[in-house]
Amino acid sequence: MTRTTEETLELNADVLIIGGGLAGTWAAAAARRAGATVILADKGYCGTSGVTATAGPGHWWIPPDPPELRENAIANRRKTGFGLNDAGWMARTLALTWESLPTLAGFYDFSKDESGAPQYRALRGPEYMRALRRLVESLGITILDHSPALELLQRPDGSVSGARGIRRQKGGDWQVNAGAVVLATGGTSFLSRLLGSHTNTGDGYLMAAEAGAELSGMEFTTYHTVAPVRSTMTRTMSYAFATYYDEDGAVIPMPPGPDTMRPLARALLEGKVFCDLSRTPEDIRAQVPTISPNFMLPFRRWGIDPYSERFEVTLHGEGTIRGIGGLRIVGDDCATSVPGLFAAGDTATRELVAGAISGGGNINSAWAVSSGQWAGRGAARFSAENGSASGGRPIGQASLRPASVERDIDLSQALLAIQGEMLSYDKNIFRHGSKLKRSADLLDDAWANVDAHARGSGDTRLRTRETAAMLATARWCIASALARDESRGMHQREDRPETDPRFNRRILVGGLDKVWTQSDYGRALELAS
Amino acid sequence: MIELVIAERCTGCNACVEICPTNVLAPSLNGPPEIAHQQDCQTCFMCELYCREDAIYVAPDCENPTDVDKDEIVASGLLGEFRRNHGWDEWAADPRFGNEHWRMESVFLRARDMAIAEAAAKRNSAQQ
Ligand SMILES: Cc1cc2nc3c(=O)[nH]c(=O)nc-3n(C[C@H](O)[C@H](O)[C@H](O)COP(=O)(O)OP(=O)(O)OC[C@H]3O[C@@H](n4cnc5c(N)ncnc54)[C@H](O)[C@@H]3O)c2cc1C
Repeated sequence: MTRTTEETLELNADVLIIGGGLAGTWAAAAARRAGATVILADKGYCGTSGVTATAGPGHWWIPPDPPELRENAIANRRKTGFGLNDAGWMARTLALTWESLPTLAGFYDFSKDESGAPQYRALRGPEYMRALRRLVESLGITILDHSPALELLQRPDGSVSGARGIRRQKGGDWQVNAGAVVLATGGTSFLSRLLGSHTNTGDGYLMAAEAGAELSGMEFTTYHTVAPVRSTMTRTMSYAFATYYDEDGAVIPMPPGPDTMRPLARALLEGKVFCDLSRTPEDIRAQVPTISPNFMLPFRRWGIDPYSERFEVTLHGEGTIRGIGGLRIVGDDCATSVPGLFAAGDTATRELVAGAISGGGNINSAWAVSSGQWAGRGAARFSAENGSASGGRPIGQASLRPASVERDIDLSQALLAIQGEMLSYDKNIFRHGSKLKRSADLLDDAWANVDAHARGSGDTRLRTRETAAMLATARWCIASALARDESRGMHQREDRPETDPRFNRRILVGGLDKVWTQSDYGRALELAS
Repeated sequence: MIELVIAERCTGCNACVEICPTNVLAPSLNGPPEIAHQQDCQTCFMCELYCREDAIYVAPDCENPTDVDKDEIVASGLLGEFRRNHGWDEWAADPRFGNEHWRMESVFLRARDMAIAEAAAKRNSAQQ
């Protein structure tokens, strides 16, 4: 059922998956296996796009036997999650991840350890995403590469029935009419130089909000990762052996453990910071190129020996990527509050599993694998129960249908404004109520301007929409950070250093013209554990 | 950012055009793909990995273009290093380039144990 009009490729499917990264590919496979016809659209290329493809996630990986192993892991994570995560969601994420990864045999060439046992936990990014693309193709799923979605279609009854977007290589637009939609567009780091993140501009958040969905946990967006200056190489492993120096060559003291972000940010606010990796044992140096082949690329090309020479470093912001916030989940099938709209991976809040600290290193990828499959199955079921895909109208607003007179918007200026509030260590790592209020005002003004006047056309259509999405996302982050009038987990307020039991709840946020926040009193998210 | 598509090596397969996540390259009628939108490059090195001819060079600077000398780069031995370390294509059977990503966890544990040992040593010397 393909019809090509002059400008728009129109397709029908039971389920549309928007985003073909880690969560989107798992979602597509699950929806297809549940019997649905599936189309997957990615802004870039499914297989190299997204932050998994350029890294290599270690999953939350704990054997089912003896049962105490998982029970202890969950109990520990409940403590470090500061009361915002849920044992039931953790248990089902651990279980589904454990079942799922071995099923990629035949698509991913699992390494074996010295005893010959296949290693499932940590998979190399490019190979992992290549395997997932092959899996998706083998199931007969249609992939639309270089096809960013711009807006959702919504029926008069409020249910979502597809999306529209651009075919940026083939030309023209696309429209998929679908019985249900899974948003798997990743998180956003506001175009910081975080490795592999540049197609992740928060489009899914904006599209969902326009349909009436709300978000949760957007205050947990302060995470930053070290990298050599002017590089994207935010691979962290080797920094476990780092020594940091200030401009005068004095060693910057670091607390024991992995939490170097805040001391590094403090030092960077005072001046340049340098690093060497001289503490790395010789045998590990030899293995780095075959553990993380991209890690050494910048050093080799700049002619720097990081094991003996000092190099300057910076911190790249991660926003909601290795932060935690995203679309609020209201059912165990990863449904959002909008009928027919499901969310997975970094597009969804990861508070349910990670709590108030980063889920990087284990939980985020396990969540992408699991939430992807729950959302895919949920979408397949919704589509089967609610019948055919039709009758939806496009609902995009900001940058597509301006509220007032169309006027040129300086996109680079708008991006600088967003980044100024969201990527400055001073404002975003060391938060303070008064600074957050200023950020909120500034971003409200920027939003009002974009919403009223921006309308992308031609080559700027995508960039204009992405700018609107990042701007909306930034406003939700700041509003949530203000509403959480305390410090908890990665959200640290200089003016409210204590953790306050009154805030022992998730914070919901939403709204476009006017942003609102609300404490999540409904305990509907909790599963029986 | 991507700096070079080396014409003498390129076979015009356009794999890089297809797989570039940010749509930086454009096919050209005759000759290698054109670096059409260098400013959009996210410096992820994926094009190098997918180029079987090792015809692409991405400079590590992700903020500004880098002046590079093509002959120097060709002579440097850097081309294709990434794809080789990944053990792709003709390197797949070479035991030197096996996928050791799974060792990452043990590296983190080594670092943790070293830090614990160093802290203990410091405490001991402080007590003496
Ligand atoms: C350097 C780094 C290392 C990491 N290491 C780990 C780890 O060891 N363990 C761990 O658990 N987690 C890790 N993470 C986090 C983990 O990679 C993410 O949680 C995971 O990739 C999320 O999957 P996703 O599918 O939601 O997003 P992504 O994999 O980023 O995919 C999102 C996809 O959506 C597409 N897209 C965006 N907008 C649109 C649109 N408008 N239309 C169509 N498509 C769109 C993008 O092109 C992209 O392909 C790491 C992250 C980084 C940055």
